[in-house]
Amino acid sequence: MPRYFTQDHEWIDVEGDTGTVGITDYAQSQLGDITFVELPAEGSTVAKGDSVSVVDSVKAASDVYTPVSGTVSDTNAALADEPELVNSDAELGGWLFRITLSDPAELAGLMDRAAYDAFVAEL
Amino acid sequence: MRYLPLTEADRAEMLAVIGAATVDDLFADVPAQARLDGPIAGLPLHASELAVERHMTGLAARNLSAGSVPFFLGAGAYRHHVPASVDHLIQRGEFLTAYTPYQPEIAQGTLQALFEFQTQVARLYGTEIANASMYDGSTACWEAILMAGRITRRDRVVLSGGLHPHYAQVVRTMAKFTRDVIDTRLPELQAEPDDIALISSIDGETACVVVQYPDILGRIPDLAAIAEAAHARGALLVAVVTEPVALGLIEAPGHLGADIVVGEGQSLGVGLQFGGPYLGLFGCREKFVRQMPGRLCGQTVDAEGKRGFVLTLSTREQHIRREKATSNICTNSGLCALSFSIHMTLLGGEGLARLARINHARAQAMVARLTQVPGVSCLNDAYFNEVTLLLPRDARDVVRALAERRVLGGVSLGRLYPGVASLRHGLLVTATETTTDEDIAIFAAELEGVLA
Amino acid sequence: MTAVNAAGWRPAIGEAGDAPPAVATMSGDRGLMLEEPLSFELGAPGKCGVDLDEPEGAPVAGLARFLRRQAPALPGLTEPEAIRHYTRLSRQNYAIDLGPFPLGSCTMKHNPRLNEKVARLPGFADVHPLQPQNTVRGALDVINQLAHWLVTLTGMHGVAMTPKAGAHGELCGLLCIRAALEARGDARSVVLVPESAHGTNPATAAFAGYRVESIPATADGRVDLAALKGRLGPDVAAVMITNPNTCGLFERDMKAIADAAHAAGAFVYCDGANFNAIVGKVRPGDLGVDAMHINLHKTFSTPHGGGGPGSGPVVLSEALSPFGPLPFTARTADGVVHLVEEEDAEAMGHAQGFGRMSAFHGQMGMFTRALAYILSHGADGLRQVAEDAVLNANYVLRSCEDVLTAPFGASGPCMHEALFSDAGLADHFSTLDVAKGLIDEGFHPMTVYFPLVVKGAMLIEPTETESRAGLDRFIASLRSVAERARAGDESLHSAPRFAPRRRLDETLAARKPVLVWQGTPGVPGAPALSEIGGS
Repeated sequence: MPRYFTQDHEWIDVEGDTGTVGITDYAQSQLGDITFVELPAEGSTVAKGDSVSVVDSVKAASDVYTPVSGTVSDTNAALADEPELVNSDAELGGWLFRITLSDPAELAGLMDRAAYDAFVAEL
Repeated sequence: MRYLPLTEADRAEMLAVIGAATVDDLFADVPAQARLDGPIAGLPLHASELAVERHMTGLAARNLSAGSVPFFLGAGAYRHHVPASVDHLIQRGEFLTAYTPYQPEIAQGTLQALFEFQTQVARLYGTEIANASMYDGSTACWEAILMAGRITRRDRVVLSGGLHPHYAQVVRTMAKFTRDVIDTRLPELQAEPDDIALISSIDGETACVVVQYPDILGRIPDLAAIAEAAHARGALLVAVVTEPVALGLIEAPGHLGADIVVGEGQSLGVGLQFGGPYLGLFGCREKFVRQMPGRLCGQTVDAEGKRGFVLTLSTREQHIRREKATSNICTNSGLCALSFSIHMTLLGGEGLARLARINHARAQAMVARLTQVPGVSCLNDAYFNEVTLLLPRDARDVVRALAERRVLGGVSLGRLYPGVASLRHGLLVTATETTTDEDIAIFAAELEGVLA
Repeated sequence: MTAVNAAGWRPAIGEAGDAPPAVATMSGDRGLMLEEPLSFELGAPGKCGVDLDEPEGAPVAGLARFLRRQAPALPGLTEPEAIRHYTRLSRQNYAIDLGPFPLGSCTMKHNPRLNEKVARLPGFADVHPLQPQNTVRGALDVINQLAHWLVTLTGMHGVAMTPKAGAHGELCGLLCIRAALEARGDARSVVLVPESAHGTNPATAAFAGYRVESIPATADGRVDLAALKGRLGPDVAAVMITNPNTCGLFERDMKAIADAAHAAGAFVYCDGANFNAIVGKVRPGDLGVDAMHINLHKTFSTPHGGGGPGSGPVVLSEALSPFGPLPFTARTADGVVHLVEEEDAEAMGHAQGFGRMSAFHGQMGMFTRALAYILSHGADGLRQVAEDAVLNANYVLRSCEDVLTAPFGASGPCMHEALFSDAGLADHFSTLDVAKGLIDEGFHPMTVYFPLVVKGAMLIEPTETESRAGLDRFIASLRSVAERARAGDESLHSAPRFAPRRRLDETLAARKPVLVWQGTPGVPGAPALSEIGGS
C-alpha cells in the first residue's frame, strides 16, 4: 500500500480509491502531548489543502490539511477518548480520517518516504 | 510624585548604565516632529491625594445614591445587601493586585476561587459546566448566540419579547456585522408571556431561541415547553437570567432543558456601580465545552501528585487560535467573580433560597401596597422580586417627578422602549431584602401625590 | 498541518526532583505555607454566613408551578470560616503588592489605594445605571472628564467609553471602521495584522467579519513597510498596528504606514495596550491613527483582580467619531453632561453610530479609579510615568543582555519592555525553565513564548512603579537563573520547589477536563491529605 507525505506533515495511505490520513511522527514530536483532536464530519466533501481537522496540544492548535480532495468516509473514533494515540502511534493507530479520493492524480504532487525524510532533515 | 519611586540620582545613574545621555535619547525612535517637548498644555498638573479625593468626593456628592432614598429600580441591575466581609476579602492585595493566573504555581488562590465559582454557577444554573466569567450579562448573551451558531451551524436567532431591550440591542448591533438573522419582537402588556407565539417562530433554520427568565416585565416564561419545542426543531434554548437571586426560588433553567444559560451576576457581591464592572455568567452542557468562549479553570495535579488548578482548554482562545478562536475575549471579570463567589459561599444554597423567599415576600408587600394607590394595577400573575405596574399616565414623567421628591421609583418602560406608545404607562418596580416597609410606605404616598 | 509549534512552547511537568521533606506534618501545612480545601469540602448544608429572617407567608399562587424543587447543592460557611478560607487562599497568590509583575505587554503597575477609596464612595458605587439623569450628573461628569483626558492625551477627536476590556475595545474600533466603510458604500474584506500582534487582534478582526492577513516583520523587529505598502489595495479595510509594538519597539514608520493606508482608502487601528510607554511623550493622533483602545489597567493603574475586570475605551479620529457606539456622554453649551442613548442620538448629531455594545454605560468602577490616577499624576506626572517606565525597561535590557540573548538589542533602545530569547541556554533548557526558576527566587516570571516572532521569547516589562533597588534585586535573580540555564543546571528542570505547588500537569487538565466539583455537600468524601496538598 503506497504512502505519501506532504510538506505540512500529513501522511496518506492509499488503497484503491480510499486514503487514510494522519500526521507524521515528526509532527507529533514537535507538538508535544496531544490533548484533543477535532475530526471532520463524515460525508463532508473537501478539497485538497482544506483545513479539515485540528490537533490540539496544551498550548497550540494546529490545522490539518487534507492531502487530497474527496469525501470523508470514516474518522478514528478512538481519538475521542485517547487523543494520546496520535503521540504514541502517529503513523498507524493514530490515524485521523479516511477519504474517498475524487482525483487520484493529486497524489502525484506528494512526497514519498525518502523525500519526506530528506525534507525533515533540512528543517 | 508619590507613586514614582525613582529619584533624580537613580535616573542619572541608570542612564549611565544604559549608556544614554538623557531620557529623551531612549525615545529616539519617536519621530522628532511628533515628540512633545513638555506637559500637554491645558491639562492640570499633578495633585495631592487630599486634592484628588476632594475633587472626586465632590463629583460623588452630585449623585443621588440608592441607599440614601427609597429605591425600587431593577431592570437588569439589582441592589442587594453585600456582607462586609466580601469587600474586605476582595481588597486583600493578593486578590486585588494579582494578574491573570498565567503561572499556576503562584496563582492557586485565584485559580481555586475560580474553580469554586464555576461550580457555584453550574449548580445555580442547573448546567453541567460553567466558565470563569464574561464581561457582563449582555455580552454573555451575544456570546451564547454565537456559540449556538457554531454548534448548530445555523444563523437564525429568535429573541423573546421578554429579553432586556439593551441585551436585544447588543444582539442586533453585533448581528449587523455577522449577518445573523435576528427575529425579534416587543413585549406585550399581558399577565403572562406569550410562549406560544414565541414557539411558533422557531423553525428548522433556527440556531437558538433566547428567553429571559424572569423576563423584562418580571413574568416567568415556561422554559420547559420552549426547550421541548426548540429541540424538536434542532434549535437550542439559551436562557438569560438577569437576577440570579431568583434562582433560589424558581427552578434552574438547566433543569428545564436550557442548553446554554447566561446572565448577569451583579446581584451577588458586586453592587450597582452605575452599570459596571458587572459579571457575565455562562453555563452549558458539557458536550459543548470546546465551543465555549472565555477562560476555563480545571483541576489537575502537580509533579508531587497534589491537587491543583490551571487555566485549561486554552486552544479555544485568541492567544492561541488567533483568528480562529471561539471568541476574541481575553479578560474575564475576575474580581467580580470572586465577589460573587464569596457572597455565594456565605449564603450557601439554602441561604440563597431563603434570601430569594425574602425578596419575593418584600415584592409581595410592595405590590399589595402600591396597588392600593388609585389607578395603579399590577400586570403580573407570577413574579419574583420585580413586577410591572400599570399607571394611569406616562410612567417616565412619573419617575422624574418621584425623583424630585427623593424617591427612586423604578424604571419606566418608556426609558427602556422610547417611543413605544403601547408601553409608556408601564413601570418596572423591584423590591429586595434591602427594601423596608417604610420605603414602601413613602413610595406609595409619593406616587399617590404625583398621580393626584 | 500549520507551522508546527513555531513559538517553541513545550509544557513540561518536570521532575519532582528532591524527595519530599523528611518531616511530614499531620496537617499538611508547613509553618506559614497553608493548604486549603475547597469551600464545598469545608462547608455544610444549612450553614450560613448571613443572618436572614424566616420569610413570612407563601409565594404568590401564580409562582407555584415554577418553584425550584431543591436549593442549589452548595454548602455555606459562617463568616469566620469564610474569612479564613479566602485569606488562606489569597496567600497562594503572587501579586503586585508582593513584588514586580513583569509580564511584558500585560503588566501591572502599582494600584494606588486612593483609587479604591473613591470608587467605593456611595455616590459612585451605589448608583443604578437607569436612574433619572438628574440624579447622576456627577457620575456622568466622571465619564466626561475621563473622556476629555483620554482624547487630549492621545490627540484624537472622540472616544467610545463603553467597551468593557481591551479586546472589546478592539472590536469597537473595527466596528467603527466597518460602519464608516459601509456608510461610504465601500465593501472591503481584509484586515492586515503584523505577525507580532496580540492574539486578540486577529481574533477581533475575524469576529468583526474580516479576513485576516499577516504582515511580516523586518529583521529589526518592526513592521515591514515595503511589504505593507505592497499589500494595500481596494480590499483592505484596516491595518492593525501595535505601537509601541510587542517587541518593545516604537514603530518609527507609523506615520508613513498611516499615510499609505489612508492613501489606499484604509483605516489605521492602533492596539494601545502599550500606551503606558508613550503617554505624555507623543500623541497617537499626530501619527495618523484612526482608532486606538486604551487598557485602563495597564496605563492608568486600575486593578486587574486576577484576570479582570478590564476597561477598554477607544479613542477615535474625526473620520470615525460619528460611528462610535451608544450610549455616550456629551456636555452641552449649558455645561450639563448628558447621557445620549438611542432616542437622543439623532438630535445629538450621532445618527450614524453603530449601536450598543453592552447593556449599560461602561466600566464606571474603573473610570473613577482611572480618573483618580490621572488627576494624581497630572500632565507632568503622566509624562514622567512614560519616561520612568522606558528607563526601567532599558535598565533591565542593558543589565541582562550579556547573559540572555536580546534579539533586537542592537536595534537601539527599547520602549516599555525588554525582549530576550532562549538562544544561548544549554541544550534542553528553555524559557520555561528560566520562568520557573524565577518563581523560586520569589518573582513572578515575565511573559513567555510571546511575541511569536521570536522563538522562546521572554518579554519583561517592569513599569515605572519599581524602585531602583527593587529592579536591582530582580536583575540579580534573573541573571542568576539565566546563568544556571546557560550552565545546564539540572535542578532548574524541577523548579519551582518553593511555591505552593510544583509544576502542574496541564496535559491531564486538557485531556480530561474537570471544570466543576463533583462532590455532594455534607457527604464526607473529603479528599485525602495528599490530594489537597498534605505531605
